[in-house]
Amino acid sequence: MTLTSPPSPRIKISVQTEDFDVAAEMAALRENNAQVGALALFVGTVRDLTHADHAHASPAQKTENHAVSSMTLEHYPGMTERALQKIVDTAFSRFSIQGATVIHRVGVLKPTDQIVLIAVSSAHRADAFDACRLIIDFLKTEAPFWKKEETPQGSRWVEARASDDTARKRWESRES
Amino acid sequence: MKIKVKYLARLREALQTSDELLTDLDDPLTVNDIVALLRARGGAWSLELDDTRAVRVAVNYEMCDRTKTLSDKDELAFFPPVTGG
Repeated sequence: MTLTSPPSPRIKISVQTEDFDVAAEMAALRENNAQVGALALFVGTVRDLTHADHAHASPAQKTENHAVSSMTLEHYPGMTERALQKIVDTAFSRFSIQGATVIHRVGVLKPTDQIVLIAVSSAHRADAFDACRLIIDFLKTEAPFWKKEETPQGSRWVEARASDDTARKRWESRES
Repeated sequence: MKIKVKYLARLREALQTSDELLTDLDDPLTVNDIVALLRARGGAWSLELDDTRAVRVAVNYEMCDRTKTLSDKDELAFFPPVTGG
């Protein structure tokens, strides 16, 4: 490696059942790359969704709906990796970034478990923040993952949120 | 022509089918044509694939709309709006 040639983009995309180590992923993203001056990351974790979704429910309903014992993440093998690659490509085309890591877990997860990691490296913070946010906003509406909650009352599929579509659409009106 | 069809997440459960191979289909056909063929089965098929239901479509792993024309051996997938992240 010479000092004049820019390092090639460092891209990691993984759909996995295993947990991930945020510090190790951040270290890998900037390893031996002195062009990196900023790292931005987003980590999504499993909330007790039933409880949160019923913020306006009566105390009795809240108690009844309290526990989400686990959540199962399903995906569409074959399409998932392609969709994530396309999203990362979009981030690279719109922002000046050096690397991106996207890890999404599938299978059975429990409240507080890590679900998703988006990490982006860049020379400066603005591109790192924006690219990180674009990737998670696109992932929420375009990557084929589905959550199913298990509660003591049975299981149910999580409904898509209109706010996720709104977040995705915001990127269409922005100049890059 | 032949088309492989996949059903994912809530749709797989509602239709009690994860995938199937449709054979002896006319060529060309659009996704809309396949939807009409599947809905003609009645019951959950008619209900779940109705225009008013939020059903997403992908052909060969790319999301698309129902006017897309299919080719022999394409993989067509039906699934609910995604909820990952």
